[in-house]
Amino acid sequence: MYKSLLCQRYLRTRFIALASIISVMLGVATMIVVNSVMSGFSSQMRDRIHGLLADVVIESHSYDGVADPELQIRIAEEVAGDYIQAVTPTVEVYGMLNFNFAGQWITKPVTIIGIEPEGKAKVGPLRSFLDSYNPVCEDKKVIRPSLRPSEEQPNWELSQDANEYRHEKIDRQKWYQEQLAALKSSEEIIPVDHQVLEPDAPLASEDPFAGSPIKTNEASSDDPYALMDGRIYVGAGLVSYPYRDPESGKMKTMMMARPGDDVKISTVTAGRPPAHAAFQATIVDVFKSGMTEYDSSLIFCNLEELQEVRGMISPATGKTAITSLHIKLKDYEQAETVVERLKAAFPPDQFVVKTWEQKQGPLLAAVEVESAILNVLLFLIIAVAGFGILAIFYMIVVEKTRDIGILKALGASSNGIMSIFLSYGLSLGVVGSGVGVILGLLFVHYINEIEDWITFLTGRKVFDETIYYFPEIPTAVHPSMVLSVALGAMLIAVLASVFPARRAAQMHPVESLRRD
Amino acid sequence: MNTILQPNPIQLSAVALDKTYRKGPEEVNVLKGVNMDVRKGEFLSIIGRSGSGKSTLLHLLGLLDSPDIGEIRLEGKRIDHLPARTRDQLRNRVFGFVFQFYHLLPELNVLENVLSPLMIRHSTWEYWKRRRELQDLAREMIAQVGLEHRIRHRPSQMSGGELQRAAIARSLVAEPEILLADEPTGNLDVDTGKGIIELLSRLNSERQLTIMMVTHDEAIAQRAQRIVRLNKGQIENIRERAAS
Repeated sequence: MYKSLLCQRYLRTRFIALASIISVMLGVATMIVVNSVMSGFSSQMRDRIHGLLADVVIESHSYDGVADPELQIRIAEEVAGDYIQAVTPTVEVYGMLNFNFAGQWITKPVTIIGIEPEGKAKVGPLRSFLDSYNPVCEDKKVIRPSLRPSEEQPNWELSQDANEYRHEKIDRQKWYQEQLAALKSSEEIIPVDHQVLEPDAPLASEDPFAGSPIKTNEASSDDPYALMDGRIYVGAGLVSYPYRDPESGKMKTMMMARPGDDVKISTVTAGRPPAHAAFQATIVDVFKSGMTEYDSSLIFCNLEELQEVRGMISPATGKTAITSLHIKLKDYEQAETVVERLKAAFPPDQFVVKTWEQKQGPLLAAVEVESAILNVLLFLIIAVAGFGILAIFYMIVVEKTRDIGILKALGASSNGIMSIFLSYGLSLGVVGSGVGVILGLLFVHYINEIEDWITFLTGRKVFDETIYYFPEIPTAVHPSMVLSVALGAMLIAVLASVFPARRAAQMHPVESLRRD
Repeated sequence: MNTILQPNPIQLSAVALDKTYRKGPEEVNVLKGVNMDVRKGEFLSIIGRSGSGKSTLLHLLGLLDSPDIGEIRLEGKRIDHLPARTRDQLRNRVFGFVFQFYHLLPELNVLENVLSPLMIRHSTWEYWKRRRELQDLAREMIAQVGLEHRIRHRPSQMSGGELQRAAIARSLVAEPEILLADEPTGNLDVDTGKGIIELLSRLNSERQLTIMMVTHDEAIAQRAQRIVRLNKGQIENIRERAAS
């Protein structure tokens, strides 16, 4: 009883102990905030990668693909049908994206993924990545509502907004062409720079595909507004770039191409040897996964068009070929089992079967390592607080030497004396951790309000949504993390008090009583 | 009918006690083969000059320190070599201590200070169960030393005499068999010191409490039944007080 009574009195009367509590509290709060934000970022990143891929992916080694997707799907369903919720075939191949922006042709290397939008939407949250399904926010205000209702299945048709833009653009081009034709008929106009620089070089704005074979629309050539047979969802990073608005000083995004525009895509055929294959496509939507790596390299294209362009449709049988199957599982926990079963059914010399995590192994491992290192570094903050406790306790033990002698004279055991200081350390740890947990959780809960406040005070945006693609700072609080941080801090506080407590316990009663 | 008065049995003995302290490179032989018996219910004072070894003798007898050579016996049984835990329990149950500088715990009030030996004796659960009974006992002790009005006061709010009374109440609450007082009046004015000695004498006569008191004041020492004079670590003489 005397132990808890003295421990409580020391806590109440020794204000220097408050310094230890504050250091533990700040350490715990920092760890909770940093871990929650990192965990929020990490889980968002995982969701985005997971969403773009699928639970399990079966890929052929060759870009030529394998024939008969129906057969491949049937095999997958036969071996793991109980676990599979949805399967969709895809074709993946590298290519080049070309589009005209501000009078010049821009070419970018891309990965073209041929998909069926309905099927792809079943294996992943395709809608949440497509720009037309999501409102555009700036400073937490909606500046453009979503262009499509969320019930609408992803498809290869333009949204009304994009359609209007396309009509307007084509009308403008038509008018420009007419004006140009009228001028040309009156006199020959040669641009000045063309004359001066390289008389024989083509104009930057001239179509680089002119003269080279390119697949265009087969039908509906009489409709000037008709979309190309090729339809794509283009990664936001491929057709936009960020810039600082000179007027507002805010980061904004400049779109170089947008839904309704036509682009040219070149890739290779599936035959041997691979040959150049190019086709025109209309941008139907822009996708933002939030993963820069994907957003600046991926194009989703209509599967049939890509198969046709690449010669992946057998002229004789009409059967198609695919390069991969994306599978959504009923329960992702069973992914390992499914992968094992699929590996047994799909010969390894032709196919690779992986979960999305296995496919992104190095990236996820790097994030894990980064998180672990950060945790170690942050834990050092609490360790520093631990040394603070040690120093303060040592001081308190010296100050309380006579009291220790009194207690020993009254019959207190060395263990009893030791436990006064250990429970004192534990109390500091409990109070520090408790307040730290509350502070940390409050900080995490109001992190966006705090960010607004700091932005208001400093006049500089701390968290720019145009850089991170997040409207708000993502956070994820895991109770196990909070518990382990709090317990760790308490343990450090107790460990830091062991040395002073042992010293107190070993004090000689007579010498302690004689201490002035 | 003739009644033969039997002397009280020997309660505490020092047998050939030797104690040396090291002060830097120098060794100080504080006690040199001290032999002494204390009878049950006796009021004994130990007198001597500063450095004569009287406080050391009291500390050894109260198991606050261990002799280098010799034995401490309680009712004939050697106690100085017992395990630390047993010696702690003996200090709590058999001995009561009163010090020159009172040595109350500054964070606790008078009631809590007086209760502290009982808190040490009982486990938290046991103390919690018996807290009313134990608190009543402590209040009774505080009343006996005349400090009822100071029960919730901290040591810093009290005078020297009050502090020493509180220390005596603390030493008595555990119902010790032997009270060891080290210069109990050394820090008090004459009148207050007299009051403390009166209190100790009353406790000795009313409760048959064995009291060993260290003092360097001849007048105060005279209040004891027996006076042991120490000189340079040895007993110079032992005198019985003349019956008044």
